[in-house]
Amino acid sequence: MPATIIETNNEPINDVPVDPVDLDIIENALLNARHEMDAVLFRTAMSPGIREQRDEFPMIANRDGKMVVGQFGAFINLFKAAYDGDIHEGDVFLTNDPYSCNGAISHSSDWLVLMPIHRKGRLMGWSAMFGHMTDSGGRSPGSMPTDAQQIYEEGILIPPTKIYKKGELNSDVLKLILHNCRMPQWNEADLMALVAGCRIAGVRVNELAERFGDDLYCSALNALLARTREAMRQVILNGIPETKQYFEDYIDDDGAGMGPYKLACSMWREGEKLILDFEGTDPQSQSSINFFCNEEMTKMHSGVFLIQLADPQILFNDGFYDLMEVRIPRGTLLNPVKPAALSCRTHGLARCMDVLAGLFGKGNPAFMCAAGFSASPHFLYSGYNDRGEWFQLFHIAFGGVAAAPSGDGADGHGMWPDFTNVSSEYLESILPLRIDIHAVIPDTGGAGLHRGGNGVHTAYRVLNEGHVSIHDDRWLTHPWGVNGGKPAQRSSKYIVRANGEREILPSKCDRLRVERDDVIHFLTWGGGGWGDPLERPVEKVLTDVREDLVTREGARQYGVVIGNDLSVDLAATSALRAQMTRDRGPIEVIDRGGDIEDILDRCLVETGIARPSRPTFPHWVQQRPL
Amino acid sequence: MGYRLGIDVGGTFTDLVLVSDHDNSFNVAKVPSTAPDPSLGVIAGIRKLASIAKIDPNEIHSLMHGTTVATNAVLTGDGARVGLITTQGYRYVLQIARSFIPGGLGAWVNFNKKPPLAALSLTQEVTERIDAAGNVVTPLDEGSVIAAMRKLREKGIDALAVSLIHSYANEVHERRIAELAEQELPGVPISLSSQVVPEMQEYERTITTVANSYVRPAVERYVDNFNRELREICGDVRLHILRSDGGLTSARGAGSSPVNLLMSGPAGGVAGAIWITRQAGYKDFLTFDMGGTSTDVCLVRDGTAEVRRETWVGELSVRASSIDTRTVGAGGGSIAHVPELTKALRVGPQSAGSTPGPAAYGKGGRKPTVTDANVVLGYLPILSKLGGDMQISRELAVEAVETVASALDFDVYRAAQGVYDIVNENMVGALRLVSVQKGFDPRRLGLVAFGGAGPLHANAVAALLGCWPVIVPPGPGVLCAFGDVTTSARDEAARSFHRRFRETPLEELQRLLRELAERASASLDNEGIARSDQTVRFEADVRYSGQILHQTIPIDLDLLDKEGIEAIGRQFDDVHKRLYTFALKVDHEFINLRAIVEGASTPITAPTLAAGSADPSAAYLESRQASFRGEMLETHIYDRAKLLQGNVIEGPAIITQLDSTTLVLPGHKGVIDHVGNIVITPAEQEH
Repeated sequence: MPATIIETNNEPINDVPVDPVDLDIIENALLNARHEMDAVLFRTAMSPGIREQRDEFPMIANRDGKMVVGQFGAFINLFKAAYDGDIHEGDVFLTNDPYSCNGAISHSSDWLVLMPIHRKGRLMGWSAMFGHMTDSGGRSPGSMPTDAQQIYEEGILIPPTKIYKKGELNSDVLKLILHNCRMPQWNEADLMALVAGCRIAGVRVNELAERFGDDLYCSALNALLARTREAMRQVILNGIPETKQYFEDYIDDDGAGMGPYKLACSMWREGEKLILDFEGTDPQSQSSINFFCNEEMTKMHSGVFLIQLADPQILFNDGFYDLMEVRIPRGTLLNPVKPAALSCRTHGLARCMDVLAGLFGKGNPAFMCAAGFSASPHFLYSGYNDRGEWFQLFHIAFGGVAAAPSGDGADGHGMWPDFTNVSSEYLESILPLRIDIHAVIPDTGGAGLHRGGNGVHTAYRVLNEGHVSIHDDRWLTHPWGVNGGKPAQRSSKYIVRANGEREILPSKCDRLRVERDDVIHFLTWGGGGWGDPLERPVEKVLTDVREDLVTREGARQYGVVIGNDLSVDLAATSALRAQMTRDRGPIEVIDRGGDIEDILDRCLVETGIARPSRPTFPHWVQQRPL
Repeated sequence: MGYRLGIDVGGTFTDLVLVSDHDNSFNVAKVPSTAPDPSLGVIAGIRKLASIAKIDPNEIHSLMHGTTVATNAVLTGDGARVGLITTQGYRYVLQIARSFIPGGLGAWVNFNKKPPLAALSLTQEVTERIDAAGNVVTPLDEGSVIAAMRKLREKGIDALAVSLIHSYANEVHERRIAELAEQELPGVPISLSSQVVPEMQEYERTITTVANSYVRPAVERYVDNFNRELREICGDVRLHILRSDGGLTSARGAGSSPVNLLMSGPAGGVAGAIWITRQAGYKDFLTFDMGGTSTDVCLVRDGTAEVRRETWVGELSVRASSIDTRTVGAGGGSIAHVPELTKALRVGPQSAGSTPGPAAYGKGGRKPTVTDANVVLGYLPILSKLGGDMQISRELAVEAVETVASALDFDVYRAAQGVYDIVNENMVGALRLVSVQKGFDPRRLGLVAFGGAGPLHANAVAALLGCWPVIVPPGPGVLCAFGDVTTSARDEAARSFHRRFRETPLEELQRLLRELAERASASLDNEGIARSDQTVRFEADVRYSGQILHQTIPIDLDLLDKEGIEAIGRQFDDVHKRLYTFALKVDHEFINLRAIVEGASTPITAPTLAAGSADPSAAYLESRQASFRGEMLETHIYDRAKLLQGNVIEGPAIITQLDSTTLVLPGHKGVIDHVGNIVITPAEQEH
């Protein structure tokens, strides 16, 4: 049964015409409010994940629950459909159960706070914000066991719950929740910070309605949604072909020795409607790499990508959702059935982004970008410090940004919005840890007319015994290059034990026991190249070599010969470029560095890790009526 | 006994204020600015003042001024070739930066990072390591230092920056590198991160140190030139420069820590606004300094501007104290446009700058700017001379604004009003950041407007925020010059002190604060300021154990003696509650301690304007039609130079002066106060 929204004032809200300038003013004011939500959260949250790395997402919605400003819209209606109670002024909801809100959040590490915004007894809209908690309990520190088989292993599950009832803190429930987490102080501070952020939005919405009147405010929000819809309609009509495009990519393994898993999607246009159909995607995994990706979230991802490519000044909001239809077969990796484990969904999320990027690029060459560091891999470290206190770190890695039509990809950055790395000095001051190396790895970005960004080498020296977990991917498949651009280098990890022994580590591992002075080397992947590397200006290649972003050997990928004295041998360069042009076949639109079977055959030799076995799926997936 | 001189070098005019030590009486002068060598204009101004005041220029012993030379070096990319030395493993610290891509989801598609301020090819690693507690883990390998320096010498550098991991906790390796550099890189100026900003976070410390090196040669050149030229007419004169935090520093201090001058220009305006409003009896207000390409806003409470520990210039952000101004990239030159897809009316971020400039200036600009909208609406009447001798064309402005009007199917007045309203809304966003977002209600603050375009928009902005009165000081340039000459010398000493409250003995904290005060006082001692004239304040950066962002809390030594460290914790909880609506039951911890020492400031009283009646007709020039929300109204135009104390100007009205134009909206009135401010309030409201 859907939620009942209680309004003590039943006077209807009237649709009134909105002056275009008032509309722009309200748009600006809402954008300011949304940035204020971030500012409040960053200053008050406590876990490095939210506060430093900014693993959090705010939004403000209209009366109907449609996001007007923010980055991750759509979930209010999913929540309203799933919550079967009354919603009053002053209520603040908390949930972290993807299955109770139809995938509004996609794993239980993300805690979602949501509140109705009332004004004089009438609903004016909603504000919501979610953030990644360092720990939510469960069987492994960080609450993301790679080999979990059910969501119950991944920490406490909070169905949509009033953490504030009509403005009063529900402290018993809060205690119950915090009691189940390893770092309760961080959870409490982060949760309160999320609430404070949502409330700021409530205050700003009230001020705006006061200034413009409730009718005009609500009408303006609808007009903003309509404006974005109209812009998106044009983008779809002009940018998406009617012929079917198909793209696929892989999650390399599931942390339990099986892989790769295929994500597949077809895209076409019917009239003014964009259709995305994920038919062909593998069934759900028995491990925790499932990504509960609901249709609305996919629309959101697709919409953002199109807006950035077509006109970044278009306000991104939920207005265009009826212009897209998304089909995700149930029982697949992207639409798993409860209680499938979900915690390690980061790889699937990233690969979905890659698939969408590939599809839009195939549909419209002007939109074609390479694959890059679309993920946020994790390094987790926990144990007891010398004071006997429990410590726990959830650390996000960065890598090479994909090369794009606009230019080179950045080195050692991330493609998730606002994500920021944590200072080594800060980490060393709070944890028994030393970061010996934090450096760009030359040649890891794919060569191209525009170079892909390079990955990052981080060396963590642990100073206390404890446990380390790693969640990463792209160790097997390459981030692909486009339009002649080369694929990027893959990720790798190894540990050098205090006694000097070196072991290769798998891309996903949990609870690796570490001792003082063991050093874990975490090397991330680069971004694919864009365009023909043989056309990259020689001076740019030379600068990259002089700055140690590309090696002299790597320069040969661009057909550029650089001598010991770091100057270009122009004659040798012309000859090499001419020869490379002759020798190569036609330029492929997508370069994955070989097909998947080749890559699997070379797996052990190239990565030092045995090839994963073919995935097997839950026996009921194919038979059960879904 | 002698004279002090305050100078503001603006784009068009150089303003000077000469103050007598004897009785703090003063004279002012205005002369044309003389880019690219501003000292020529300054010297002309000094001669003019000397003849007005009938003094020998040799009687001037100190010269105080704000400068944009450091800012411009950053904005134009015309700084030094900086070599950087880092700890092994951290060579790419500026390349990786904070891994942050601005602009939200998908913004990477259009993100193209600029090369770092110190080129990677000029960045060298040395073998050494210090841990977070300041212990040497790996001793400094001097061979690696010498090898690094020889490479840098070969490549050629103008300045050297050294930033080693955890050097804020132990500077021994950085100091040793500085010694070695004297032999290996003689004559190359060095900035050590442990001296420039001895605080945690390697990226921020490194970029700040590099920025210091980057602007250093330009600032040193400027200061040397200035000194030399001044000596020729003033003899032995001490040059003081206004720092970003609103304090004055000696020329020598400016040369060695030029990163502290990046906001010197805006700080002068704020200092001036504080001075003039104090005369008029206002202590709590927002400043609104709107120029051609950008606008600076700042919160002043109890006559003091907030100082923050960050400075932003363009895309560069460094860890240096500055007056807490926010800069919006919008001003009179911002361009209005209507994107095809959304049909929205947008103002900025592109700016017409000074070339080609607004269409109305007739210098080849064709795109409609905020200035053009003001011309169309009649707020900038043709008779007013912009920047002295620039003529404006209404026809060109109308033609430009027509382009957005036709895209929106508006008439030209409605389009111009839209541009005016939208840019005002942007300003409100910035003012809200420095007021509401810090927990202060703008309805209890005034708005002090200056800059070329500030007084044109201030009335409208105040009406949106409810911040009354609007105060328009007599002149933007002279305001800065007064700000410079009335500011006190200031220095600060800081140290990183990362410790939980309950693990900090009171005696240790008191001892550290005393040491900091001593360090900060030393530089004022050098400037000949007696200890009895020095005031010391203390601050601690505090957070809940586990947070990373902190609040700066003032420390009252008496309170500390009486109630111990918990008193600081209570203050912190109050601030946290005010800003974020909640406090936590979590340990507090210190991050940094700081002592700020200030010399006495000069108590100059502004000249009193001759009293007149409420009737301003003596200053009346003529009447024009101007458009207000679609209505054409008869609007009186007044000459500011002829206004007298007590004159009341009913809106709608326009008040013109050489370097600025003030608009009083319908339903509002402007009253001239005793120091010449125009004080604007709603007509029915008494202030």
